[in-house]
Amino acid sequence: MFIDYDPVIYSRLLTSLTLGFHVIFATIGVGVPLMIAIAEWMGIKRNDPHYTLMARRWARGFVITVAVGVVTGTAIGLQLSLLWPNFMQAAGHTIGLPMFMEVFAFFFEAIFLGIYLYTWDRFKTKMRHFLLVIPIVIGATASAFFITTVNSFMNAPQGFNIVDGILTDVSPLAAMFNAATPTKISHVIITCYLTAAFILGAIAAFHILKGNKHVYHKKALHLTMVSGIIFAIGTALIGDLSGKYLHEYQPEKLASAEWHLETESGAPLILGGFINDENEISYALEIPYALSILAGGTPDTEVIGLNEFPEEDLPPLWIHYMFDSMVFIGMFLAAVSALFVAMNWKKNWNAFNRPLLWAVVAGGPLSMLAIESGWFFAEVGRQPWIINGVMRTAEGATTSQHVDLMLYLFIILYAVLGITVVVVLRRMFKSNPIEHELEERGFAHKKEDEKEVARR
Amino acid sequence: MMSYEVVGITVLWSFLYGYLIVASVDFGAGFFSYYSKATKKNHVIHNIIQRYLSPVWEITNVFLVFFFIGIVGFFPSTAYYYGTALLVPGSIAIILLALRGSYYAFATYGAKESKFYSFLYGATGLLIPASLTTVLTISEGGYISNENGTVELLYRDLFTSPYSWSVVILAIVSVLFISATFLTFYASRAQDTNALKLLRKYALTWSLPSIVMGVIVLMLLRAQNIEHYQNILDIWWVFAISFVLFAVATFLIWKGKKYGTAFILIMVQYLTAFFGYGVSHFPYLLYPYLTIYDGFTSEPMAIALIIAFIGGLFLLIPSLLLIMKLFLFDADYVQGKRK
Repeated sequence: MFIDYDPVIYSRLLTSLTLGFHVIFATIGVGVPLMIAIAEWMGIKRNDPHYTLMARRWARGFVITVAVGVVTGTAIGLQLSLLWPNFMQAAGHTIGLPMFMEVFAFFFEAIFLGIYLYTWDRFKTKMRHFLLVIPIVIGATASAFFITTVNSFMNAPQGFNIVDGILTDVSPLAAMFNAATPTKISHVIITCYLTAAFILGAIAAFHILKGNKHVYHKKALHLTMVSGIIFAIGTALIGDLSGKYLHEYQPEKLASAEWHLETESGAPLILGGFINDENEISYALEIPYALSILAGGTPDTEVIGLNEFPEEDLPPLWIHYMFDSMVFIGMFLAAVSALFVAMNWKKNWNAFNRPLLWAVVAGGPLSMLAIESGWFFAEVGRQPWIINGVMRTAEGATTSQHVDLMLYLFIILYAVLGITVVVVLRRMFKSNPIEHELEERGFAHKKEDEKEVARR
Repeated sequence: MMSYEVVGITVLWSFLYGYLIVASVDFGAGFFSYYSKATKKNHVIHNIIQRYLSPVWEITNVFLVFFFIGIVGFFPSTAYYYGTALLVPGSIAIILLALRGSYYAFATYGAKESKFYSFLYGATGLLIPASLTTVLTISEGGYISNENGTVELLYRDLFTSPYSWSVVILAIVSVLFISATFLTFYASRAQDTNALKLLRKYALTWSLPSIVMGVIVLMLLRAQNIEHYQNILDIWWVFAISFVLFAVATFLIWKGKKYGTAFILIMVQYLTAFFGYGVSHFPYLLYPYLTIYDGFTSEPMAIALIIAFIGGLFLLIPSLLLIMKLFLFDADYVQGKRK
């Protein structure tokens, strides 16, 4: 394939690549600390070394992913200036505050993570060590909060005026707390939690499927699935509000995602399908009134269609698939965790049956796929704008040569990092299985434990 | 009352200074670690380096991120000029930082040691400062063209310039000097005599080269940016103080006493020189295109950033003190009696 050199296209590709790679580790980085905190808390409350070990092992794996998250986060932080100098100039004037604060939040988290990892056996009470995880959770979530306000601003810019091409009347707080902020932030944060729960749950389910009978894995699976169902319900509720936000403020994005061609009330929701150049849809599943309900809460809500917008202001229609896969996976995760919790609650049902375990295993990578789909939907769905209605993506990009070469270099970099991180994590946990580690710490495997959990 | 512009640049410059110190310790440690492995003296200093670096490596990185995010907040036009010009060197620096950070974590937390990791760690320790100093070099002017509305870096001028190479060497030599003096101090606290002997030798080895390179850079600056050179001569006494601090510190290390004081003196030596350089560079961010007064952010944003900064310090300083108390000043930890 031969493309004429266009710095805008290559800048977009390189940014997608870096963000697509970074978001994996960023999501884990925001979600996993909460799971570690829950496990450590359970370990103290129930005086159960299994949960404490869970927190230790999760933290040990976590720090590897944090390392990649840190370096790719540094990469995107610099790349924004390198690839989008005009955008960053405008962003610096308007939305620089939360970018700056994000670094503080991360700084705070990094300090306590450093302490947390090295002080497991250093304090007199376990509670004191637990307290150290709280700033990590707060720092991680605050990072997500601040950086997502920047993304919200790009979708619903406010807090400034443009007079003769010059930015004036800047209000940093108004820019930060824009119309997109509430739904976007809550959606991003809760889905990080959900994804973290499912990734850790998938690991536990996988061990059980492989024939490992240790009660540790059952406890881990139970803990993650109970957390999972709570986060999944939260995700669904917030997802609904996000639909209403789009309807109100970015109807063109909603219409493009839903292939909603003509403005109408009682609009159906279109799932899957194909669309041709004449905008004819085939093989799609239509749910009557569902789009109107999603957009406005009532079946007779009028939803603005694609016909109201000039074509050059619309994003590509393939974001429909991104939206659909995000929603499908979200529902799948809710169903799997609900089923597990329900079956576990009924005493004579076996929640640890193979099909359900495989579904949980699938939920791990699928939840990450949903995160990727969600971000691709969010970013591509905002095109052709980099700051919605204010600056077009092409205006924000660099004019430099060599962006193509940088793209190839970064592809190699991320491939190398991605492969090594997997190899390192596997080696780390394979060489030190839980049985071995429990023994080492003086907690031999007790049969009674297993019976007790089976009864519960 | 200082103007917002001056407050902004002072905050950022202080963070860059912080990065200079903590990153130098880290970068140099990587190199010494690799070098001592290659010369089979690994066992002597390996533990010292591991114990110091493990809890703090991420923190080092954040200082840098602070600087480049902060500068876009306070001085958005820098994103335009430097962002456009620095695509290639900036990307190379990112790649090196990424390899260094992640492979350090892989080696430390991810079970086994490997020669390749330690080579990567040592090599990037010298290459990163070399690539990052490019920014300071081009800020002197003469390496960027700004025609027809496009900013371009003049690679040939950059790579054939004696000034630019002298800055690279100064950076590397300084990294090794700062790092060796810190590790000497750390080894003495850990009461590890063998490590102390070796590290003290490293510190003394790199002391003179660092000062000689400083003088050479100054001489070459004259040809690069005469205005900046004149400004430096106007505040010669700042650099004189810096030199005296250097002399006293090196004397202490040579005498083999008060390593802690010596390291503090060297931190102050670099502080005075770094701020002397910064003040004489004033008001230019990029000579001659950009001063701190061009395209400074709006007043409400400046106030918001300064408030956020002060609020952040209230959070960070106690946290930093806590980590220092636990890992740097806890004698049992430093001596390896505690995990």
